[in-house]
Amino acid sequence: MSGQSPAVVSASKLGLTFQTNDGPVQALSNVDLTIGKGEFVSFIGPSGCGKTTLLRVIADLEKPTSGTISVNGISPEQAREKRAYGYVFQAAALFPWRTIERNVALPLEIIGLSQAEQAERIKRTLELVNLSGFEKKYPWQLSGGMQQRASIARALAFDADLLLMDEPFGALDEIVRDHLNEQLLELWDSTNKTICFVTHSIPEAVYLSTRIVVMSPRPGRVTDVIESTLPRKRPLDIRETPEFLAIAARVRDGLRAGHSYDD
Amino acid sequence: MDSFRSKIIPVTSILAGVVVIWYVFAVILNAPFQRDLDGRANETPGTVEFIGKTLSQPKPTLPAPHQVAVNFFENTFLRGITSNRSLVYNAWVTLSSTLLGFAFGTALGIVIAVGIVHVTTLDRSLMPWIIASQTIPILAVAPMIIVVLAAIGITGLIPKALISTYLSFFPVAVGMVKGLRSPELMHLDLMHTYNASASQTFWKLRVPASVPFLFTSMKVAVAASLVGAIVGELPTGAVAGIGAKLLSGAYYSQTIDIWSALVAGSVVAALLVMVVGIAGRLVDRAMGGRPA
Repeated sequence: MSGQSPAVVSASKLGLTFQTNDGPVQALSNVDLTIGKGEFVSFIGPSGCGKTTLLRVIADLEKPTSGTISVNGISPEQAREKRAYGYVFQAAALFPWRTIERNVALPLEIIGLSQAEQAERIKRTLELVNLSGFEKKYPWQLSGGMQQRASIARALAFDADLLLMDEPFGALDEIVRDHLNEQLLELWDSTNKTICFVTHSIPEAVYLSTRIVVMSPRPGRVTDVIESTLPRKRPLDIRETPEFLAIAARVRDGLRAGHSYDD
Repeated sequence: MDSFRSKIIPVTSILAGVVVIWYVFAVILNAPFQRDLDGRANETPGTVEFIGKTLSQPKPTLPAPHQVAVNFFENTFLRGITSNRSLVYNAWVTLSSTLLGFAFGTALGIVIAVGIVHVTTLDRSLMPWIIASQTIPILAVAPMIIVVLAAIGITGLIPKALISTYLSFFPVAVGMVKGLRSPELMHLDLMHTYNASASQTFWKLRVPASVPFLFTSMKVAVAASLVGAIVGELPTGAVAGIGAKLLSGAYYSQTIDIWSALVAGSVVAALLVMVVGIAGRLVDRAMGGRPA
């Protein structure tokens, strides 16, 4: 971890309590976390552990009810207003009435880039996610994996240094997911972005991350933070190495310690 | 072509069924008067002759389908379209105020919907009024509109069109409120992460998302506009239009004329709904809709 570089995300004693009809629900409690520039951090845990909520707090889609959090040294709201991050949702969330290139152009239109600049970024990001040639297609003409790649291109087109991804590959089959994981690592390696990645797959978390944040439910909290010892370049078959399996075992232990396997 | 063929059989069989039932009722409903006539003329026709007579009365209680068809054909195709007996002429008179009222109504409905979606005060207060407006019988409102507008010197097309507007803004307003609120939470969150302004979210997300709702409600609205235009002709003493034909038919017991004016009205309605439907499909295609 790059301790010297300024923190991209820094949370301290962060808590969030939702008021529901069944009474208050503690989605996040006492979360302390620092994410440095260029890290790939995965958040893993069973459903209800607050991993998506934490990501949404970073993105200013939810407001914390206690503690403090900063993104690039400023509040999440200010960071959002400065367009500090790209967000990838669980579903591709493409606009069905826009072609792939117009979907990628959406954030660029909103920040008011020139047509030429838009075209350049669309071309570059679609190449990055291997979707060149599909510019004029509508979302329904693409497979689920391609749609999700388009949504990643849209997040990348924003050119923010921070990428927040909420189970982006959760709805895809394993073969497609493997492929996209590989591409995502390449992308991370070549662009040097900071990535926060929510997942409920242990192999996915271990394969992608430089650091794995293990979370537990009721109340949602961080129970373990595991530094990965894997090298930066990771072929898919690294997942059969003892080193990989050892980290996966530690993640599983962390989940068990947080009672994630209890009934 | 397959869909065409698969439609033709059910449509024609239903139509045939309707025609048969119509004939049966024509005989039943016209029989008492025919029996009365025959009684006074001291005639005792056989069953077949009697049925034939019930189906060819000049002012029947219920005209037979072929009487309506002949009347409709004569008044549509055999008269100059400037003749005030021509159904084409009368349909055009009604159509013009229908279209004007429909345009007003659609615009008004959209404006109301935008207001309801964006202004909390309107959201809380306007809907009950709108719903109340639609519970008032249009027949009660129409003469007031005509009289009030005539008092300030507005006559002719506009008052009739306003009655159409009164009926047609409602489905558009309701449909568009739903349409403008139809974007998924995820899409709204996405716009939020881009720090998009309210107007950007409106034009880039809410408006395109509402288009299918707009066309669905416009289909209802255009039919309501036609009803409004016809009703608007009744209290105005209009000399032309489908409503005027209905009214004069009622005055002079020209039941066949009434029925053929009704047929003309439904033909116009079907055409209008069809045109809106086609426009909706073209727009959907242009917006990347998956061909059905």
